[in-house]
Amino acid sequence: AESLLYPDRMEALELVRLPRLSRVAVCGGTHGNELSGVYLVRELLKEKEQRTEKRRAEEELEEPASPLMLLSNPRAIQQCRRYVDTDMNRCFTHAALSGPLSDTAPYEAVRSRELNTVLGPKGSQRAVDLVCDLHNTTSNMGLCFIAYSDSDWICLHIFQHLQRQIPDIPMRFIHFDVSRKESYSLDSVGKHGFAMEIGPQPHGVVRSNVYTVMRAGVQHMLDWVHFFNSGTVFKGGFVDVFTMVKNIDYPRDSLTHNITAAIHPLLQDRDFCLLHPEDPLFQTFSGETLRYKGTEPLYPFFINECAYYEKGIALSLARKRRVMIPAIRVQTEEERQAREQHFTSEEE
Amino acid sequence: MSSYHNSARLSQARKVAIFGGTHGNEMSGVALVNLWTKNGAEIQRRGVETKPFVANPKAVEKCCRYVDTDLNRAFTPENLSAPGGDDLPYEVQRAQEINRMFGPKGSPEAYDVIFDLHNTTSNMGCTLILESSKDHFNLQMMNYIKKAMAPASCLVLLNEHPLLKYSTSRSVAKHPVGLEVGPQPQGVLRSNIFEAMRVILKHALDFIELFNEGMEFPPCTVEAFRVSERIDYPRDTNGNIIAMVHPNLQDCDWEPLNPGDPMFQTFDGKTIHYQGSGTVYPTFINEAAYYEKQQAFVTTRRETLVASAIRKA
Repeated sequence: AESLLYPDRMEALELVRLPRLSRVAVCGGTHGNELSGVYLVRELLKEKEQRTEKRRAEEELEEPASPLMLLSNPRAIQQCRRYVDTDMNRCFTHAALSGPLSDTAPYEAVRSRELNTVLGPKGSQRAVDLVCDLHNTTSNMGLCFIAYSDSDWICLHIFQHLQRQIPDIPMRFIHFDVSRKESYSLDSVGKHGFAMEIGPQPHGVVRSNVYTVMRAGVQHMLDWVHFFNSGTVFKGGFVDVFTMVKNIDYPRDSLTHNITAAIHPLLQDRDFCLLHPEDPLFQTFSGETLRYKGTEPLYPFFINECAYYEKGIALSLARKRRVMIPAIRVQTEEERQAREQHFTSEEE
Repeated sequence: MSSYHNSARLSQARKVAIFGGTHGNEMSGVALVNLWTKNGAEIQRRGVETKPFVANPKAVEKCCRYVDTDLNRAFTPENLSAPGGDDLPYEVQRAQEINRMFGPKGSPEAYDVIFDLHNTTSNMGCTLILESSKDHFNLQMMNYIKKAMAPASCLVLLNEHPLLKYSTSRSVAKHPVGLEVGPQPQGVLRSNIFEAMRVILKHALDFIELFNEGMEFPPCTVEAFRVSERIDYPRDTNGNIIAMVHPNLQDCDWEPLNPGDPMFQTFDGKTIHYQGSGTVYPTFINEAAYYEKQQAFVTTRRETLVASAIRKA
């Protein structure tokens, strides 16, 4: 039946068997002013505690292993700022996580190592199986997954599951083609990981519609993990993946470095609407339209994201392509042992 | 043109200032003041000296609302006369400096008009903020601006509330005018918001020029929303917020809120309803900066203000 999906192919993609996802982490407040994730993690922790107390009161067994929920950057959350000293979501490269830490190290450098101890160590067998890092953006991006790989079937299947469970919310899968070695964000600490980015929401504000979508997204992700671990076969399919190609900065004054134009009104809020050569990009303060001078039509995203002004990014551009994903299910215990023996004998 | 016997004779507005960056992350005002500092042709009018000014440069540099304390609450008599120099919080020092440059507040030397440019994350559209219902010059200006912008909307918010009123940077001038345009996230510049603010100022400066040249403005009425009450988020015993602005109220600034209407939604999905005694008009709904000031929104009541005829002395 699966080969009917791909009539032009000689054979269907084989069912892929993947290790169990025993430990899952949900992180909020990696940026302290992205509030949906902050309030959601706090609420989920509160609800878990209430359930635990109820179980104790009724002398029931402890809850089966539940996801690890944590607030990544407590000081930034307390001050309602993106970061205290430096952007924590750039602190997770292998280089940044190793080597000595000076006494004057930035707060986020110290904290990222703590998180690497709890959730990692990055790259080791002890790392958690899946990290879902919650973010908000001022851009009109709907719900996006942001991941380093376009072939991590776990992340792609979770994305596909969310698309089907919450069909009225626009969802996109964004791929940053960065090698494992150079990966820098919190979600790269787990064996699998992705950022769940939802907008538009101003920083420092929680919008109920955005919180509600994030809550549903996290819940469906956790449900999927449960189904996966229980042996469900997830059929293959197609996912449109947006791979980041380049960034465009604002035009700036050469002396002051102040921006001299704003995102053009015809581009504002049009994330993922194809941008063609000569389409308007910016409107200068004197009313002139500046146009896209690239030769290839590309998909814009992170249009007018507040935090990116200081990073020199007015918008990012992506290519879209359709990725086929295979059917997957969890490895059985025998398959897992056979694989381990195989690796052990290879080493010998 | 007939002359109105009850025309209030007011002195010309010779010294006008435009403040951007009273809050360093409210970008439309910052961008406009930077633009006009570089090239002020657009804001020149006959007989008026119009000075663009960055009110809180350190906060603008860091793109945050304030460094030590909110500049737009800092112009109290205590602060303005406080000794201590460099030991004072940055914004208190800055308030004293602004008071020297554009005041002193309450004196004959003070600037005639200060326009204070603000943005909000709330869906307030174009709003003019009035600090006194007896400022006939400002009332006439706001009437002029509203008519010039029509059919586009420009509403007037009156904050004369004895407890909720606060000491703004613009209060140094004889005629303080607040401009509040939203929605715009903090730290972000949206071109439609930037242009709207620009248009409001154009009309405001046109009014001043006409007034200074001797035009008589007949009596008029101005529809305004008078600040009534500040409503905080529901909180637990530790002071943590336990609910968000309800989706039915979010973005509904200036629309009637009736007793029984949904107001907040808890993080686990329950609705909390408005329990007031009558219909109110909420505004500043879900403004980012007000979480720390214990304000989810303010309620207002509609009122018709009357402005007498005015003419230059």
